[in-house]
Amino acid sequence: MASSTAADFRGARKTNYPPSIAFLIRFFEWFGELGVFCFKLLRSMFLPPYEGGEFAHQLDELGSKSLPLVALAGAATGVVLSLETRDSLVSFGAKSLLPALLVVSIIKESGPIITGLIVSGRVAAGIGAELGAMKVTEQIDAMEASAVDPYKFLVATRVLACVVMLPLLTLAADFFGIIFGWVTNTLTEPISFRLFIENGFKNVMFSDFLPPTFKTAVFGMIIGLVGCFQGMRAHGGTEGVERAATSSVVLSSLFIILADVVLVRLIQVFFP
Amino acid sequence: MNATMKAKNSAPPIQVKTLYKSFGDQKVLSGINLEVAQGETLSVLGQSGTGKSVLLKLIIGLQQPDSGSIRIQGQEITGLTREQMNEIRKKIGFLFQNSALYDALTVEQNVAFPLERHTGLPDADRKRRVRELLASVGMEKELDKLPGQISGGMQKRVGLARALALSPNILLFDEPTAGLDPITASEIDALILRMQTEGDITSIVVTHDLPSARTVSDRLALMRDGQILIEGSFNDLQESKDEFVVQFLNRDH
Repeated sequence: MASSTAADFRGARKTNYPPSIAFLIRFFEWFGELGVFCFKLLRSMFLPPYEGGEFAHQLDELGSKSLPLVALAGAATGVVLSLETRDSLVSFGAKSLLPALLVVSIIKESGPIITGLIVSGRVAAGIGAELGAMKVTEQIDAMEASAVDPYKFLVATRVLACVVMLPLLTLAADFFGIIFGWVTNTLTEPISFRLFIENGFKNVMFSDFLPPTFKTAVFGMIIGLVGCFQGMRAHGGTEGVERAATSSVVLSSLFIILADVVLVRLIQVFFP
Repeated sequence: MNATMKAKNSAPPIQVKTLYKSFGDQKVLSGINLEVAQGETLSVLGQSGTGKSVLLKLIIGLQQPDSGSIRIQGQEITGLTREQMNEIRKKIGFLFQNSALYDALTVEQNVAFPLERHTGLPDADRKRRVRELLASVGMEKELDKLPGQISGGMQKRVGLARALALSPNILLFDEPTAGLDPITASEIDALILRMQTEGDITSIVVTHDLPSARTVSDRLALMRDGQILIEGSFNDLQESKDEFVVQFLNRDH
């Protein structure tokens, strides 16, 4: 039911442990609460009725509205990669490899991770602040009181929207990265777009492209889950909202980077 | 009224027995007993932090008691699943202390929110119902405003309209007049009284506003240290010799 009755009265809890132990307790408590949170979410997500309208709204709010930011970040990555690798490749006399290097580097790693981190900054903070504010002003209680499940209405819609939108946003980042990589390259030494693309994708297989793109669905899940979780357990007025927003960004970025390490290795194992 | 409804209504709408609730080391409720009869309004008075709001949140299942029993229209609600509890919640309207309107939604959408989710009303009928509800609290002209654009008193009115959306049998008010000027507060009191007489509604009003409690309620209960110290009519409370009761009643005089 109410997710954080204990959290509201944190001051009442005994705090006579040494700081290191207290930290460990909080650390494990956090994961424990996250587990309960995920369980409630799964339970609510699959039971009808479904909140299609709110889901569509979140696709737009969290996904479409992140597009300009993601496109810009992708483009900047393309420009930087093109500038940096060009010199190195020239010194090895391997200038002709530049399109391939740029394309592979963007679709395999730069595009996905940049998208994950940028969206984490925008969306996780947004969700954390929004749900945090709703929590401390009792709007989430009001929702429960009117017999609407906030896990279904608020959490499931946001988490799913993030999972769906992240791979799509990654495609956008990849696209703009490659286009602007070509533009940068062509400004130094003109090369036709067609030749650039042909060279770039010559050795790219579908298995180079699909797993890294779809792994961002996991980043999306992390962003949605952490943002909603931190928001729903916010307590203590404006300061609580601020804490929820900040910790959402910090934790989701951190988990994205850690998950990336694991996912890259898994992809190497399963898609050699 | 059909037979099953009658059977349900024979039990008191709200019955609370030996309810205990604490947060960490802090005991909030220690053995509360309450019963509210059909159509009756009970005001629960007490100092801030005596667990009045917690009592309401336990009754609507936002929090779980440590022990004790809560029956709504005869049905035990402690230990129900979310889905079972939601069926009960549809019969209960809750007005939050700070109204707790959804600040991303307009006044109209706020009131429509429970209707959209729990009634199969077609759009046109739902719109009409929302307008009726808002008209009944005098807010029919502010349909498209956001909660942030209207005053605290107006937010309370919209909150009341939202609480009434599903035509509840039971209304719970958490400090309905807190933070309002005396004139707006008495307008809210008048609204509460009207809702009760029009709808045969059973209600609990948690408040520390004595004049308001006196106006809207049939019976008062004064809480202290997580228990009901005294309950009865306003006159009963006035006749009490208990030092705390005397002190509580006479602050403003």
